Formats: sequence, structure tokens, C-alpha cells
Amino acid sequence: MSEHPDHDEGGSHRCDDAIAQLQSFLDGELDAETVALVEAHLRECSPCLEAYDFEAELRKVISARLREDDVPGDLRARITGVLERLEAEGGTDAVV
Amino acid sequence: MADQALFADQATPFIDQLYAAAVRMTRNPADAEDLVQETFVRAYRGFGSFQDGTNLRAWLYRILTNTFINSYRAAQRRPEQSELDDVEELYLYRRIGGLEAASLGRSAEDELMDLFTDSQVQDAVDALPEQFRLAVLLADVDGFSYKEIAEILDVPIGTVMSRLHRGRKALQKSLHQFAVDRGVIRPLSTDATDTRMGSEQENES
Repeated sequence: MSEHPDHDEGGSHRCDDAIAQLQSFLDGELDAETVALVEAHLRECSPCLEAYDFEAELRKVISARLREDDVPGDLRARITGVLERLEAEGGTDAVV
Repeated sequence: MADQALFADQATPFIDQLYAAAVRMTRNPADAEDLVQETFVRAYRGFGSFQDGTNLRAWLYRILTNTFINSYRAAQRRPEQSELDDVEELYLYRRIGGLEAASLGRSAEDELMDLFTDSQVQDAVDALPEQFRLAVLLADVDGFSYKEIAEILDVPIGTVMSRLHRGRKALQKSLHQFAVDRGVIRPLSTDATDTRMGSEQENES
């Protein structure tokens, strides 16, 4: 991977590292020290920052497109009924 | 040990979330209802083994996912492919001129995002091999952490990361292909001059 045109010089964190850590960063799964390194890099390197922004936006879009909304009104009643019946039948052993 | 008599009070608040997840897994509202009901029956029966104070939501999702895998996946005969081609990071971004261009332009990005409708994204996710699809759904829609997904799918965290990262990249590749097919992105273009999105140019093939 080539270095980005505006890449900062002399920093301990490079573009390759930042891109490799992008997913874990957006997942909130990096340790605090690494988060600080990534954030410092993003302040200095606008191409990486824009890439992060793009990926974050794409994730938001994908997630929004996959959300389901309307739970059928009778599903809750159906499950509540099933649980009441299981309870009445005496718990674990009575259920097949 | 959890008290079974308390199960309904503690678990039923999760019906909506579990149903939504079940629809995504089964792609069928009727199957989803059955799956959620089966999940609650199994959860009720197994509630004695649930440790109070631990993560009930993840525990219920684990039962949901296992029930889905055991009961529905076989019926659907989804592909069991266990690997995906390795796709580079930022697959889509690079192909709309990201990194190479001085600035991509917000409108170009927005136009691309608008192209991805509900059904388009769902089709792309559904095309993923099952284990990748489940990891992506659990992380990106249901918001579970790597550790929680590892518990839900009963695999090591490293496996979760691998499936998630590969699944997301494959998803980008699929979305990219869709954008190419629609003429919004020109194929194999990494040059900024080739990425005038939304132009009326025909793809040259």
C-alpha cells in the first residue's frame, strides 16, 4: 500500500497501521493506547480521516438498511401465552 | 441460578429485538415468528442454567442463533462455504477514488450511499456465506461486541474478528459490483478522473 499524499512525517503511527486498525477502531475494540495513536494519526492525515469517515458512514447506511421494525402485534401475546402454558405445566420437565 | 418464575418478566422485553434479528436471519416473517417462539421455549427450559447478573440479551441471542442454525439453515440449504476471498481494506472507497483523490466530495459519497437501498443491502448480506453473515448481522445491526459474538456463536474471538472483517469486505465488494452494474462506478477505476459518479457514461466493456 502506498503512503497517502499528506501523510505526516516522523510519527510513530503510519497509514498502513491506521487502515489495518480501522475496523477494530470503529467497533470500539481497540485498547486506549492504540485508540490514542489512531486518533493522533487521523488529526495529522486527512486521507486516512476521510477514509475513516467513509467507512463509518457506510456502516451506518448498511445498518439502517437492515433494520426491521414492526413486530407483529400478536407475537408478544403468542409468546406470553406459551410461557404461561409452560409455567402451568410445571416447568422444564413437562415440556417436550 | 436464575429463577424460572422470573423468566417472562426478564426475557419478554427482548421480544422485539429477537424478532427483528430472526427476520434478518430467516428472511421470512412467518419463520421468524416460529423461530422466536422456539427460542423462548428453549430459553424457558434452560433458564435454570442462566447465571443471574450476566448478559441475558447475549444469552437469548445465543439460543436464537443456535436454533436458527440447527432448525432453519438446513432447511434453507444455504451454502456452507467456510472461506471468502481475501479482499483488501477500503475496497469500495478505493474504487470511488478515495485515498488517491485530493477530496472525494460529499455529494459523490452521498450519491453512492443513496444507491444502496434496503433490498440491495439485504441481498448483498444474504449472499454472504452463513457464518460471515451472522457475524456481520450480530455486530453491525445488533451491536454486539467481539466477546459477546464469540459467546453467541461459540467460537474464539479471533474467529469472530476474521469472519467479521472478511464478511464486511465481501459485502463491500458485492455493493461495489452493484454500483458498477448500475453505472455509478466505472469498473476497476482507481483514478480520480474516472469517478465522476452519476454521470451518464456507459460502461465500456
